[in-house]
Amino acid sequence: MKAKIYVTLKKDVLDPQGSTVQRSLHQMGYTTVYSVRVGKFLEVEMDEPDAVKAKARIDEMCRKLFVNPNIEHYHFDLV
Amino acid sequence: MATSVKIGIVVFPGSNCDYDCRWAFSQLSGCDASYIWHKEGNPGVFDALMLPGGFSYGDYLRCGAIARFSPVMQAVYEHAQQGRLVLGVCNGFQILCEAGMLPGALYRNPTLSFICEHVFIKTERSGTPFAGLCKTGQVLNIPIAHGEGQYYADRATLDRLDSKGLVAFRYCTADGEVTDASNPNGSRRNIAGIYSDTRTILGMMPHPERAMDPQLGSADGRLILSSLVSFLGR
Repeated sequence: MKAKIYVTLKKDVLDPQGSTVQRSLHQMGYTTVYSVRVGKFLEVEMDEPDAVKAKARIDEMCRKLFVNPNIEHYHFDLV
Repeated sequence: MATSVKIGIVVFPGSNCDYDCRWAFSQLSGCDASYIWHKEGNPGVFDALMLPGGFSYGDYLRCGAIARFSPVMQAVYEHAQQGRLVLGVCNGFQILCEAGMLPGALYRNPTLSFICEHVFIKTERSGTPFAGLCKTGQVLNIPIAHGEGQYYADRATLDRLDSKGLVAFRYCTADGEVTDASNPNGSRRNIAGIYSDTRTILGMMPHPERAMDPQLGSADGRLILSSLVSFLGR
C-alpha cells in the first residue's frame, strides 16, 4: 500500500515561499497568476493490505508527525 | 550558602547552542549546569531544564518536529508537569511548541532569510520566574538567529495569551514601542516569547545566552538567566 500525502499551510497562514515564487512568476511574465502556495508531498509505502487499517494508520502518522495542526492542513490518497 | 541550583541542558543531535548555554550559566553564581543527552529517558531531578538552540535533527520535516519524540522529552514533560521550570530558546522554543507544551507554532520568516542580529524586546511583565529581575516594560537588547522564527497562533489563542498575560516578550524599538518596523520576522502581535499558563515554561526566539557580556554586544540576557537562578535559589 502506498499513500500520497499532501501537506499545505492553512489558508490564513501567510506562505512566504509561495509569495516569493509568485513574484518570480510575475517577473517571468506570468502576470495572470494571483496565488501560489508551496506545500510538502510525502510518499509512504507500508505493508498493510487492508485499506481501512492503512487509512487509519496514515491518518495517525499525519496527526502525530507529518503535520502541525496549528499551521497546516493535509489530505492523502491511497494507491 | 544554599545548594547550587541544578540546571540540565538537553542536547539533541544538531543542537549548537548547548555550549553557549552552559557557559552562560557558568557566568552566574549559585548554579550548576550540566548536559543531558537526548537519549536519556531518566535524567534525574533538575531544578530547571533548558532546551537550547540549534537545528535538531537537521530541522527535517519541521523545526523541532522530530526532536519532540526523543526519549528525553517524556522526562521534560514530566518535569514541567511537576511545576519545575523549562526554558526553550530558539530551536528549544520550536520544540516546546511542536510538543504541545506551548501554544502556536514557529515557521519560515516572511523574507525567507536567516536573520542574525541584535533586536530589542520588551518585557511584558515582571514577577515571573524568568523576569523577576526585569522591570515591566523594560527593553532588552538580545540577539536573534533564525530562519524560522515567525510566531503564529490563531486569533483565539493570541487573545487568550494577551488576556491571561502569557506573552513574555515582544519585539519593539529601542524605546519600547511595539511597531511593525521593529518586528524582525513577522511574528503575530510582535511575539518574541511566551509562557505556559503557569508561567513555569518560557519559550523565546531571542538568545539570552548570547547576551551575557557587554563585549558581546549586550549583557541583557543576564537578566533573564539570573532571574531564573535567583527564583530557584530563594
